[in-house]
Amino acid sequence: MTEAIGTEPTSTIRLTVNDTLHALEVPDRKLLSDVLRQDLGLTGTHVGCEHGVCGSCTVQLDGEPVRSCLMFAVTAQGHEVKTVEGVGNDPENPSDVQQAFIDCHGLQCGFCTPGFVTTIDAYIDENPKPTEEEAREAVSGNLCRCTGYQNIVAAVQRAAELRAEGARQ
Amino acid sequence: MKPSPLRIHRPTTIDETLDLLSEHAASGKVLAGGQSLVPVLNMRLAAPSDLIDITAVSGLDELSVAGAEGRAEITVGATVTHRQVERSEEVAVANPILGEALSFVAHPAIRNRGTTVGSIAHADPNGEIPMILALTGGRVEVRSTRGQRTLSAEELNIGPLETSLESDELITRATFPALPAGSRAGFDELARRSGDYGLAGVGMILDVEGATVKGLHCGFISVTDVPEVLNLGEAVSGAHLRDASEVADTVVDAVRDFIDPGGDIHATADYRRHLTGVITSRLFRRLCRTDSAQGRNTDSRMTGTDTERRRV
Ligand SMILES: Cc1cc2nc3c(=O)[nH]c(=O)nc-3n(C[C@H](O)[C@H](O)[C@H](O)COP(=O)(O)OP(=O)(O)OC[C@H]3O[C@@H](n4cnc5c(N)ncnc54)[C@H](O)[C@@H]3O)c2cc1C
Ligand code: FES
Ligand code: FES
Repeated sequence: MTEAIGTEPTSTIRLTVNDTLHALEVPDRKLLSDVLRQDLGLTGTHVGCEHGVCGSCTVQLDGEPVRSCLMFAVTAQGHEVKTVEGVGNDPENPSDVQQAFIDCHGLQCGFCTPGFVTTIDAYIDENPKPTEEEAREAVSGNLCRCTGYQNIVAAVQRAAELRAEGARQ
Repeated sequence: MKPSPLRIHRPTTIDETLDLLSEHAASGKVLAGGQSLVPVLNMRLAAPSDLIDITAVSGLDELSVAGAEGRAEITVGATVTHRQVERSEEVAVANPILGEALSFVAHPAIRNRGTTVGSIAHADPNGEIPMILALTGGRVEVRSTRGQRTLSAEELNIGPLETSLESDELITRATFPALPAGSRAGFDELARRSGDYGLAGVGMILDVEGATVKGLHCGFISVTDVPEVLNLGEAVSGAHLRDASEVADTVVDAVRDFIDPGGDIHATADYRRHLTGVITSRLFRRLCRTDSAQGRNTDSRMTGTDTERRRV
């Protein structure tokens, strides 16, 4: 396929990511996942399937998990995007969900982890005390090739505990 | 994979949207939640030159229940997401089967963006919502620069992934009638993995007066080309709720005869036919239980493992 690079439609956009406003020039067809990774250097958002199935590109849009591979960056304007870096980006001070993954050994290669973290971070606000069954259902939209999910399910429940403790303090 | 080059328009009014659709009728597409369209673009199964993103258009975000008791209707605007509909208490009261079916549509991360009207426009015979629209006797409002029209589900759906919409037309909203008083409704499906498209699924509306069955309508997913509604009123009318188990066999036989499943890598046609019968039987008995309320049955969602255990 021949595509005249440089002449395809582009837009100048204003994108709020992790509370920072960016002004960028991007091709209209560029997916939010690619703009996050390539233009903003936020490589925590991973890209697996690019058709909505694997969940590794999940970010929060106005606080709700969404697939960044199924959105054009142009259409994310006017919304607040939060990536895994916005959930927690300091190895010394992991967020409650990240700490839960450490406590429960919820990852092996880690490729899928950012998508799980952004998904669970939003989920435990909605359901602060998930049962094991609910925790399993909550992560069923995210694929992991390594862990067998047992420890991820445990991490969902642990994250909810940590958040409740954090709220009490 | 990546979409081919395209231009995205972001109109803010309906008139502007209709003008853009008219201008780009040859190679433009409406972009709503993008949860069906963007995968198609990413895989380059389609390469429209222009996308008209409707998510910022004002006046398309209505979600309401209005009308007299027994004749109420739910209106869902074109930009209302599955999640908004699913979370609405009012909708759950007026038409519990809609919310029940929505909980089977993909995963929350998809439902947060995907729109209920987009599902109807996409017309996937594996999709839950086009079937619910047909089963409940719903309709859509359609607009273009040429005018406005109203289409019933039957007029809209003409084939798998095919509607009677013209390329410059926009569905502005869908209307789902509330369930009539005395009716009991339910939806169930079986998927390999929670949130995947169902291998087979059944929606049912049972009309009951006292303890006597007066009517039965069934709709199906993944086993008919378009959302056809099977009226089994004659077969069940007059039966007592207590006799559900005897009547269920008649209903299952009629359903298995009616559907026309295809086979693919996920399931053979025979297996889908078998599953549809199993779901039909369970759902019919559940709706006939005397304690069966109109509300949603939260443990109706079964995983593949459950099916293995409970296979009949
Ligand atoms: C991983 C995954 C799993 C899924 N699983 C399911 C499932 O189990 N069941 C299910 O039903 N769906 C499923 N979906 C699809 C999802 O429900 C979509 O939300 C829905 O099918 C389309 O809605 P949308 O708003 O995203 O539409 P879009 O993707 O934006 O558009 C879909 C099509 O409809 C047209 N269109 C959209 N809105 C209008 C309008 N107002 N007027 C005219 N044309 C319009 C578009 O031009 C396009 O052709 C899944 C999607 C993914 C990515
Ligand atoms: S990369 Fe987005 S869901 Fe797989
Ligand atoms: S930890 Fe390797 S894919 Fe999940």
